[in-house]
Amino acid sequence: MNHTDTIAAIATAVSSSGIGIIRISGENVCSIAEKIFRKAGNKKWDMTDSDHKVVYGHIYDGDEMVDEVLMLVMKGPHSYTGEDTVEIDCHGGVLVMKRILETVIKYGARPAEPGEFTKRAFLNGRIDLSQAEAVMDVISAQNQYALKSSMNQLKGKVSEKIRELREKIIYEIAFIESALDDPEHISLDGYPDKLKSKLEPMIREIQRLIDSSDNGRVMKEGVKTVILGKPNAGKSSLMNVLAGQERAIVTDIAGTTRDILEEHIRMEGISLNVVDTAGIRETDDVVEQIGVSRAKEAARDADLIIYVVDASVPLDENDEDIIKLIESQKAIVLLNKSDLETVVTAKELKKRTGQKVIAVSAKDETGMEELEKTVRNMFYEGEIDFNDEIYITSVRHKTALTESCTSLMMVMESIDLGMPEDFYSIDLMNAYEQLGSIIGEAVEEDLVNEIFSRFCMGK
Amino acid sequence: MPCLEEFYDIVVVGAGHAGCEAALACARLGLETIMFTVSVDSIALMPCNPNVGGSSKGHLVRELDALGGEMGKNIDKTFIQSKMLNESKGPAVHSLRAQADKQDYSREMRKTLENTEHLTIRQAEVSEIIADGGKIKGVKTFSGAAYYSKAVVLATGTYLNARCIYGEVSYATGPNGLQAANHLTDSLKANGVEMFRFKTGTPARVDKRSIDFSRMEEQFGDKKVVPFSFSTDPDMIQKDQVSCWLTYTNEKTHDIIRANLDRSPLFSGAIEGTGPRYCPSIEDKVVKFPEKERHQVFIEPEGLYTNEMYLGGMSSSLPEDVQHAMYKTVPGLEHVKIVRNAYAIEYDCINSRQLKPTLEFKAIEGLFSGGQFNGSSGYEEAAVQGFMAGVNASMKVLGREQYVLDRSQAYIGVLIDDLVTKENHEPYRMMTSRAEYRLLLRQDNADLRLRAIGHEIGLVSDVDYERTLKKERDIEREIERLEHTNIGANAAVQEFLIKHGSTPLKTGATLAELVRRPELDYVMLKELDDKRPQLPYDTVEQVNINIKYEGYIRRQKQQVVQFKKLESKKMSADFDYSSVKSLRREAVQKLNLYKPASIGQASRISGVSPADISVLLIYLEQLRHGEKKY
Repeated sequence: MNHTDTIAAIATAVSSSGIGIIRISGENVCSIAEKIFRKAGNKKWDMTDSDHKVVYGHIYDGDEMVDEVLMLVMKGPHSYTGEDTVEIDCHGGVLVMKRILETVIKYGARPAEPGEFTKRAFLNGRIDLSQAEAVMDVISAQNQYALKSSMNQLKGKVSEKIRELREKIIYEIAFIESALDDPEHISLDGYPDKLKSKLEPMIREIQRLIDSSDNGRVMKEGVKTVILGKPNAGKSSLMNVLAGQERAIVTDIAGTTRDILEEHIRMEGISLNVVDTAGIRETDDVVEQIGVSRAKEAARDADLIIYVVDASVPLDENDEDIIKLIESQKAIVLLNKSDLETVVTAKELKKRTGQKVIAVSAKDETGMEELEKTVRNMFYEGEIDFNDEIYITSVRHKTALTESCTSLMMVMESIDLGMPEDFYSIDLMNAYEQLGSIIGEAVEEDLVNEIFSRFCMGK
Repeated sequence: MPCLEEFYDIVVVGAGHAGCEAALACARLGLETIMFTVSVDSIALMPCNPNVGGSSKGHLVRELDALGGEMGKNIDKTFIQSKMLNESKGPAVHSLRAQADKQDYSREMRKTLENTEHLTIRQAEVSEIIADGGKIKGVKTFSGAAYYSKAVVLATGTYLNARCIYGEVSYATGPNGLQAANHLTDSLKANGVEMFRFKTGTPARVDKRSIDFSRMEEQFGDKKVVPFSFSTDPDMIQKDQVSCWLTYTNEKTHDIIRANLDRSPLFSGAIEGTGPRYCPSIEDKVVKFPEKERHQVFIEPEGLYTNEMYLGGMSSSLPEDVQHAMYKTVPGLEHVKIVRNAYAIEYDCINSRQLKPTLEFKAIEGLFSGGQFNGSSGYEEAAVQGFMAGVNASMKVLGREQYVLDRSQAYIGVLIDDLVTKENHEPYRMMTSRAEYRLLLRQDNADLRLRAIGHEIGLVSDVDYERTLKKERDIEREIERLEHTNIGANAAVQEFLIKHGSTPLKTGATLAELVRRPELDYVMLKELDDKRPQLPYDTVEQVNINIKYEGYIRRQKQQVVQFKKLESKKMSADFDYSSVKSLRREAVQKLNLYKPASIGQASRISGVSPADISVLLIYLEQLRHGEKKY
């Protein structure tokens, strides 16, 4: 582990707080800040005279403006960590913070390990010695938690893919190394071209993983969204429209959905984990009762509730229950069946719930665009609160994927340049290690074991 | 009962490749040294393959030479064929290997030992160590004589409780039918030393006259021989070389092996020791890689004045009759006459994690060890450990600071660090893939890396050291010159570039930039470089490599800077890790068991996580400030 390179992390809770802070610390802080920050009016900015001052401007990724920010520059040793440090205050929205963090990483920082800022602060004498015990506990506990959550959040299929990629990579390294170790038994004639043809699909595969990490497909969890509504209000139809497939059983018999159904949906680059619930109504059916209580529970845990109202029938006591349930939560009210004759109006609902109301028709698929736009805005503006660990982990995963991809491309380049084969294994090993960091596997004796088990060596 | 008593500075037990280097280092540093061997005729014996060096092992020999060891000089005197392996690959994996005349090798080494001052050679079996209060006092021989000393180096090789086996036959002897050492293990165990049992093997030796070479491929040595030793003048060792021969096993061979597996002691369970995966017996290969239709067999001469030939690739512990049948299926060996049977050998060695990185036992002060006794395999691995153990035993006696080479300095450092840090269940062999900074640890720059250390130890002469310093200056100056010599895009230059398949220049370029192009190199560019100074070939080689692979080399040097930071944080051997509350339990157990010498070493112990290392760093910091305060 490196102890002076540049690290970055979101320093505030990734939540609906109005302001988010991205903290960067380490030896390259200033050069990174100079690359991504421009003063108002797109003016270049440099470190001169900025120490311990707040500057106003924008973060840029190349020519693309990312966000309007305030930036605080602190030269070491007079900073929290004792190193050169920059803090970027941005709008509190999750995507904005994540985007800024990714930009900082793209220009030379790496995602901080849990507790790493605190560790540096301590090692640089910025934290009172009496707090050492606490610091050690934080690092130990956070690391164990992070490792666990990293694994938990990875979709089974994704970790399987990464494992497959690693197996392929270590096989190639082992082959090269056994040939270097035992050149009289194992020949590398014609191998570079073969390796190239094997690397191409691997690079594409990693590229796909990187792309999908952007829209949340890599992660199991997204924003937990729950669809509520009384029976036959059209929840399942809505979910089917959102998911783009017949997933829930849709009939016109009230109470068809007896349990909760889950679906993962991407909307404008936001990952929603949509839970369709059984309709909420007073019922004697035992099975349905279970469904109802689960629905209520899910609603309480939700980051966002989508409340579906049947516009063609008047509000009843079931609706009253739901309105009470969503009182203190982020919610969007959908006035469904707006294609039929309506007896409930948007205005009335807005007054009753105090939430945003959108008229839709799940059957005709109208109003969906507006729904997506609304969700997106709530998300960007930080109105939606949710588990922040996920996004931090996803940045780490993406960084590791990107690095492994770069390493494999460097192997391709070495092949094209006619570099000797032993140089390939340096970059292959780096790709292997990076992928391993995602699924929490270290290298240890992998290579030596692979060499001996795959290739017949020696005397 | 009265018995013989003698007093020395240092006792070395064993006269194999580790023992020889240890004894020479100690005696050359002026310490009165006695070296024990079960047979003076077996000094520097090569009981297995008749060669020195090979991939990564060649690196070890050159490093040893740079530090002031003997192996490189000895093989330069006695080789009968020499080859630089992997020449078509990158410079980091070039490796020298030389076929030795075994008897000559042994005789030359013995001559050197016998002509070294302060060194006594004694034929006797050491049966006990004398230790008192965690300190070594000397050794006792089987005859009851006591040899008191300030330090002891154990280099018993494969002799402890050795047993040689083929088929149903088993002899309680060391290699080559030599006397085993059957008592020392008990004494070590009584002193709390944890022992392992390892196994290795060797192929048959056959009569050259019974081989049909017309059915084999001839393998020649290099036209221009590169010496192992940095002190050897290359011009003095160019000579006629002998050939080796290549042939292959076939399905018939494999059928015979498969049909007789039940008679193999390896598979019947008669052998309990753990064997090395990298030099499997032929029966191992056939079982583990059933899809392979043939395996290579190298026929190597054992020397110039013997008809014995070594069947490289076909070590075995199958019964005698099966050996005969199987060898005869190999093309060229149809009428082969076996001189010595193939056999497997089992022996006692230690769990090397009981050692400090200095190769001193953590629990017994003044007791050092090296070689196969430490669980390694190979002559070269043995020699470098023997040397380091000898040097550190001497430093201890002289009251000087001991030497530990780290993983960024030498393959020797990688080897010893692996032995004392990682779990090891088989005889350990060096491999280039074990060295994370192998671009820096090349065989061609071992002198630049290690001569200064050898000189400081006192085993490298001023003359040799001065030569390295001059080489260093020459390299630096020449690289500087190439980086600053611009050549224009004139017609001659463009023509040269096109001729060599290189893109013509758009504007001017420095010579260094041209050297960096994959299709060009320093030597080729002589035509465009009229101010080039006359430099020795090894200096030219360094200039070329350093410029060509500068990017990669820089990257590894940056990694080394990081690595050194943790390596320099030393841990005390009596530190109790359970006092650090936040460490995970597994980490505490491992750390308390192995007592790493530094945070760096701790980070390489399996079961210790990066978070544990962070915790340790903070704890150390707290300790450091705490000490200051009080």
